[in-house]
Amino acid sequence: MSEENGSGTQQGQRAGAFDIRLVIAALFVLYGAICTLMGLLGTSEEDIRQAAGININLWSGLGMLVFAGAFTIWARARPIVLPADSETPSS
Amino acid sequence: MHALAQEQLRLDAGPVDYLLLALYFLFVLGIGYLARRSVSSSLDFFLSGRSLPAWVTGLAFVAANLGAIEIIGMSANGAQYGMPTMHYFWIGAIPAMLFLGVVMMPFYYGSKVRSVPEFMLRRFGKPAHLVNAISFALAQLLIAGVNLFLLASIVNVLLGWPLWVSVLMAAAIVLSYTGLGGLSAAIYNEVLQFFVIVAALLPLTIVGLTKVGGWQGLVDKVSAQAGAHQLSAWPGNELTGFGSNFLSVLGIVFGLGFVLAFGYWTTNFVEVQRAMASKSMSAAQRTPIIGAFPKMLIPFLVIVPGMIAAVSVQDMVVFKQQGEGNVDYNDAILLLMRDLLPNGILGVALAGLLASFMAGMAANLSSFNTVFTYDIWQAYVVRNRSDGYYLSMGRWVTVGATVAAVGTAFIASGYSNLMDYLQQLFSLFNAPLFATFILGMFWKRMTPTAGWLGLVLGTCASLSIFLLAETGVLELPGQGASFVGAGAAFAVDIVVSVAVSVVTTPKPAAELTGLVYGLTPKADRTAATTGEDAGWYRRPGVLAGIVLVLIVILNIVFG
Repeated sequence: MSEENGSGTQQGQRAGAFDIRLVIAALFVLYGAICTLMGLLGTSEEDIRQAAGININLWSGLGMLVFAGAFTIWARARPIVLPADSETPSS
Repeated sequence: MHALAQEQLRLDAGPVDYLLLALYFLFVLGIGYLARRSVSSSLDFFLSGRSLPAWVTGLAFVAANLGAIEIIGMSANGAQYGMPTMHYFWIGAIPAMLFLGVVMMPFYYGSKVRSVPEFMLRRFGKPAHLVNAISFALAQLLIAGVNLFLLASIVNVLLGWPLWVSVLMAAAIVLSYTGLGGLSAAIYNEVLQFFVIVAALLPLTIVGLTKVGGWQGLVDKVSAQAGAHQLSAWPGNELTGFGSNFLSVLGIVFGLGFVLAFGYWTTNFVEVQRAMASKSMSAAQRTPIIGAFPKMLIPFLVIVPGMIAAVSVQDMVVFKQQGEGNVDYNDAILLLMRDLLPNGILGVALAGLLASFMAGMAANLSSFNTVFTYDIWQAYVVRNRSDGYYLSMGRWVTVGATVAAVGTAFIASGYSNLMDYLQQLFSLFNAPLFATFILGMFWKRMTPTAGWLGLVLGTCASLSIFLLAETGVLELPGQGASFVGAGAAFAVDIVVSVAVSVVTTPKPAAELTGLVYGLTPKADRTAATTGEDAGWYRRPGVLAGIVLVLIVILNIVFG
């Protein structure tokens, strides 16, 4: 993940250097896409009646896509910066 | 949920749901693999190299606790008691989390100890250290087994997989990521898990609320079915089992809010470890405080669906009215999922549930291997070896602990009631621990002998109350017994510790710097406010104040 950031990423002390935000965003892009597609193509009238008249797959899917987008933007806007004077946490 | 309800609860999971579930497991293992690359020393493995940002540790702090007990148990309480269940969050967690962040974290993080038992070692010496380390390690193994068993029985009921297949599979998955990536893998997965759980519960709550006619519809239905007292959090007589309103409020505030909650949140290493993994004193202090924000809102995703289930799921309505039927309050959230969610989002919900149960077990394992390796193995068995030795030791301990948890899971499958009791019992062990900590942190005169003696006798006190309540000598329905037991343990521990301290010799003041309030310079217990910790919104005190105001508002609105 961190390879994409280019600047500021060094080899060596890389504790926590992969960005969990992008991993979360990736999972939710997949979840969002699958749920949205289910909502558009795979949801019957019966399903909608069961879910109190809401096409819940479609709406949750869209919600997850928006969430994934927000996390990606956050990760891009404030990438992980490793401090230059990388303290080695030895005792 | 074990015997009768099997058929009703079987979910109609389709290929899409399995695909979503498989994707989730792929990500879980991927995180374990990615986190492995950052492990080069034992500190990386056991404390993530003290390098994580506060929002990550803060969400992990909440998610580590968002296990089976929380989701299944609290929605069951919501179905049975209604709004008073909110106390478990607003009174029973938030104040203690703020106290941990503002008052106690400077000593934990500032003294650079690697575990809660290690703090006991520095403050009180070996006997207290051993008592704490062994009882904690033992409790974690048993609780990991309970979590594993709950996970397997849910998979068994929902999807129809045999119990032993799900036990072994879940154990293998948890083992592979905690064994590879250590605490970082556990914490990163907890953060991922947190969002998946929200993605599962939020749609369920929205659909459920729509179905019963919105918030007003829920209020009307609950009032008609059970009475208005289930709609306001106070005084919560049904929950505590006390007839008198005054005693009930006292029980909630002192028993649940003070002794039980403070004991659990401030001394339980499973939680404190998450804060210790953060990258600065300020971040460590913010960890539980940031966690308090989602913690305030989780009841709306857990208790409210429970209440919805109690008025809208037919089997559940009958059960609540007549007190019998082939469902149970524990099934509330599962029944609601079965009734409302179509394939697709159902897969997300399944992933969320399994995520929650696995993370509970991973949290037990990651704190167990730290305490076992640092506090038992390195301190008393094999000393003075290279760091690499303890790192590989940690990996093997994880393997051993997983095997042990599979064992305790099978014990639990035979004695499910017993295991429930055990869990309640361990929660009581925390009450005397909190008394010892709070006294030890603020009273420099407290002696090493008082440290372990208070702990042992306090635990005996809560144990006796528990046994008296179990055998029926003491008549306390509801949660009253654990409130009283925790209170007794706390009081006995304080009295014993003070009495013993007066007649024994304290440690010299020079050895207590950084461990006791009066002997630690103010600069050493104040977080930095520069660089990455700058800005008012990063001040632990300011954040804690905001949470406190929100909690008061929530209590007034839903009181």
